[in-house]
Parts: sequence; C-alpha cells; structure tokens
Amino acid sequence: VDRYLLIISTVCFLVAIAHTALEMRGGTFRPMRFNFFAVGLGFVFQTAFLSIRGHAIGRCPITNLFEVVIFVAWSVALFYILVGPAYRLSLMGAFTAPLVVLLQLFALTAPIDHPHARRTPANSWLEFHASISLVAYGAFALACIAGVMYLIQERQLKTHELHSIFYRLPPLSDLFAAITRLLWWGFGLYTVGLISGFFVGEPLPWRQIVCAVGVWILYGLILQGRYLRWFAPKRVAALCIIGFSAALTLLWGITFTTPTHTP
Amino acid sequence: MNLFCIGLSHHRADVEMRENFAGHAETDRVLRDCGCSEALLLSTCNRVEVYAASEPFIPTKQIARCLARTNALEVDDRLETFYRYEHADCVRHLFRVASGLDSMVLGETEILGQAKKAYEAARIAGATGRYLHRLFQRAFRVAKQVRTHTEITRGAVSVGSVAVDLAQKIFGDLRDCKVLVVGAGETSERTVRALVSRGVSDLRVSNRSPERAESLALAVGGRAVRFDEWPQQCGEIDILVTSTSSEVPLISREKLAPVVRERIDRPLFIIDIAVPRDVAPDVNALEGVYLYDIDSLRSIAEQSLATRRAQIAAAEEIISKHVSDFIESIARGLNRSASTGHPGVSENSLRASES
Repeated sequence: VDRYLLIISTVCFLVAIAHTALEMRGGTFRPMRFNFFAVGLGFVFQTAFLSIRGHAIGRCPITNLFEVVIFVAWSVALFYILVGPAYRLSLMGAFTAPLVVLLQLFALTAPIDHPHARRTPANSWLEFHASISLVAYGAFALACIAGVMYLIQERQLKTHELHSIFYRLPPLSDLFAAITRLLWWGFGLYTVGLISGFFVGEPLPWRQIVCAVGVWILYGLILQGRYLRWFAPKRVAALCIIGFSAALTLLWGITFTTPTHTP
Repeated sequence: MNLFCIGLSHHRADVEMRENFAGHAETDRVLRDCGCSEALLLSTCNRVEVYAASEPFIPTKQIARCLARTNALEVDDRLETFYRYEHADCVRHLFRVASGLDSMVLGETEILGQAKKAYEAARIAGATGRYLHRLFQRAFRVAKQVRTHTEITRGAVSVGSVAVDLAQKIFGDLRDCKVLVVGAGETSERTVRALVSRGVSDLRVSNRSPERAESLALAVGGRAVRFDEWPQQCGEIDILVTSTSSEVPLISREKLAPVVRERIDRPLFIIDIAVPRDVAPDVNALEGVYLYDIDSLRSIAEQSLATRRAQIAAAEEIISKHVSDFIESIARGLNRSASTGHPGVSENSLRASES
C-alpha cells in the first residue's frame, strides 16, 4: 500500500511538470499557484508514505537506499514549500518537480528497497543524525535548483538570446541571494547532523565518516569562497550543482540507520 | 437602449484634431443634455472617446459638438475622422482598448489605468448607470484576463525600457544601483530617465562638455563627474551608460579586466548606445559583465513587439467570448426587466457580481 502512495505522489509532481510545459508552450504560464498546489499534494502523499513505512519498521524510515532517496525527495519538497513562497522565486516549483520525480522514479524502479534482515533497537541519536543530515540535503538540492535557474538566466543575458523563460525567471541578484541562504541553511543543518553523529554511542564505519566530512568540507569551501570572493556568483551557482551531484553520489557510500544493511 | 461609442484616435486623427475635440470640464453635463442617459468621456493623449447609453438615437455630429473645445470649431468637415461603434461593436471596441490592443504601443497597460480613472470620474459625477457600470467593470476584467492569459504585455518595446528591464533582471531592485552616464546625449538621457523612474537615485554624469554634464545631472537629480575621472568610477558603479561621439572604443577588455577582477561578486551592466561603439565587443566575455549595444537593445525591442503581435489572435479570442457573454447578459437583464416592469439587475447587485 505504501508504494501506491508514492506512485500517487510521483503523479502529482508529474502533473506539475506537465502543467508547466503546457503553459509555457502556450506562453501563458502563471508561476506559483498550480505548481505550489501540485507539489504540496505530492508532499502530503510522500509524508503519508514515510509515516506508514515508519510505523511498519518502528523507526525513522531511512533504513535502506530506497527510503533514503524518498526521504531526500521529501526534504526537497519540504524546502520548496518553506522557501518557495518566502523568497518569491517564480518558476522554482517548475524546477523542483522534475528533481523530485527523478529521485522517486529511481527509487521506485531500481531494486533498492531491500527488506531488513533483522530488527535492531532504534537509536534516537542515530536517527536524529541521519534524518537532520538528509533534511540538509533538501536545502542543498534547492540551492542546486536555484543554481540551475541562475545559470540559465545568466546564459541568456550573456548571449542576448532572451527566450520566453527569461521573463519568468527571477533576477540574478534574487537567485544568488536565495542560493546563499539555502547554502547556509543546508550547511547549518548538516553541521548539526554531523555533530550529533558523535553522540550515536556506537562506532560508525570510517567510510561513512569520510563521506559525511567530505560533503561538509565541500559546502564549507563553497561558502568560504563566496564570502572571500574567490568565486564569481556564476561559479558559486555551478559549484552548487556539482556539490549536490557529489553529495547525492556519496549517499551510495553511506551506511544507513540499520547497521546490518550496507548498500 | 442604445449603447454606443463615438471617438477619435491616433489611427485616423492627428494630435491637433485630438486636441480640438478633447472635451472640457462641462462635457459630462453637455452629453447628458444631448439625451444620453449615461455617458463617459475617455480622454488620453492618443484617443478621445465617448461611451454612452441613450434611448433615442444620437447623431455623431451632436456628440462631436459636445467634444469640441470651442463653439467656433467647425464640426461638419471633420466628421469623417470620427468613428462610431454600436452595441456589440461598442463592447468589443472598449474591451480591445482596455486590453491595449488598440493602443499605439501594442499591449501597453497605461490605458487600463486611464480607463479606470475615467470611469471613476464619471461615476462620481453620477454620469454612469447600470449599462456603463456593467460594461466598464467587464472591460477591466477582460483586460486583466488578456494580460494574464496571453503575453500581449511581455517585454519592453523601446530601447530605454529594454535597458531598464535588463537591469532589473540583473539587479532586481534598482534603488541601490549606482549608475554612471558617459556622454550626455538624448538617448542616454531617455535611458537614464527610465532608470530613475524605476528607483535609481545614485547617478553620475560625465561629458566632454562639463556644462552639458552639469545640466543633465541637474535634470535627473545626479551629480557631474569630470570627463577624465569617469574610468575611476567603474569599480563602484553597477550600470554604465555610454553614448559619446568617440571614434575609437573608450573601454577595451584589457582596461576593464582588472576592474572586474576587483568586483568579482558584483555584476556590471554596460549599455553602449553610441555609434560607433564606445565599448569593445569582447568586453562581454568578461565574467560578470553584461554588454548591450544599440543593435542588441533594438533587436530585443523588436522581438518583444513580434511576440506581442503573435498574441493578438489569442487576445481577440478572449475578447470575443466576453463580448458574446456580455451581450447575452445584457439581453437577459432587459428581458427580465420587461417581464417584471422593474430593472433587470440593480446597480448594487451588478457591483457585487462584476467587481
């Protein structure tokens, strides 16, 4: 049953994408409203899925790669719902929905939803550490999306080829401000997650520690580079995309909250 | 009841003609005296139109006399310049006007505000009744729908406004932007005024002739900078407008590169409206620099106009649907009032349904 909820959620995000494509093709796109509603509905079904799965396994549902990917997709939608209207970045929903769909389609189609070999007692520090780190991934994902939007807008301004999307995308300065804030949100949450990892009370695999610290250093360097003016805004935007791709890839190397399971 | 519109517009009447028939303070009263039970005067720089509802037929000549600024003005030989639309055509015409389809600059939105003001003035004067109230409220709705559901207002269609739109796409809010104008020509003045209208307050003007720089600076609320000092300003400013008559480029990539490296986190928008160009084209390759010359600005303006033109059919379709619906609703209202002996729809209920 829980997978059906996930499929319905994916359909909601797909509807948001289709709506955006149709409206933009007709040149009548009105940002926010419909996308916000569709993403919001998709988020409700994601939450229902995670809730049912969590009750079934008696812990935070991040025990295998399938659940982790869904949790990241949920964090992305959560951040969009929290940040989208507040930063008034038009079209952000249109860029968020495809990422969530990609993550969920991957989770639904790849053979990664392995049942747990044995139940181990829940460790609240471990769950807090893992879940807060994955919520930080949501912020990094949104920074990556804002980075993509920045690069599209910047390219059009540079080449003087202004397409229909140019008039819908937010100004470069607003996008860069959003990237910076999202990086700070992600970095802050990730730092909390990393610190909480030291209170887990059981030895963590060195590979997990190296991956987690690697992601932390990567985003730390991006922020440092932004404030010490090592990088132009365009480079920061590009680094957000590279950073999130790297962070997502490193998820493979992380052992999740069930110590018996290593993807 | 006859619903009609009589007027003059930029399509057929020159500015002198429009001035002569622009109406006067007493126009509303005079129109009522002509036999119009409801009348509204829409007078802008591009059109003078009377929208009215009357029981008897009122000839165009009579309305033209009401609009004439002076009694001495000969109306007869100017009558052919006036147009007259009745019933559905009148409704369609107003919907097109309010949506900017009949404007000199296709899709401009100022006309909607002017129509709203004209309606408000007539309402306060007691010159509107249920017909015009209903007609204008619907026109405002149609205009809003056309604006949201088509791209008829998309992009800017003049060099100055294209430059300002681009600046807003780079910097967002322009209030904190610092602008340097090098060369105080007519086009740069227009561009600067457009920037000022969007909130720019820090303006510096530099010109070979210091008097001209002082004069433009005074006119736009900026300050003059000596011509030999403007290159030093490039590190501070956000927008550079150049329009000198120099035969060789004033800014090359080699000269600007060190300045740009110092301001790596702040973009620089250069509007080069000089011919020959003041800025070498390869400056655009520098990171964070966005260079637009007069041709690229014109090309964007033309592209926007073409996009707007391509939206006319979609806008007309929306308008047609509203015209039929409006005519039907008026007919329904009239039938109801004929059968009950009372007005079909009260003004209050109209206000509630249309606003």
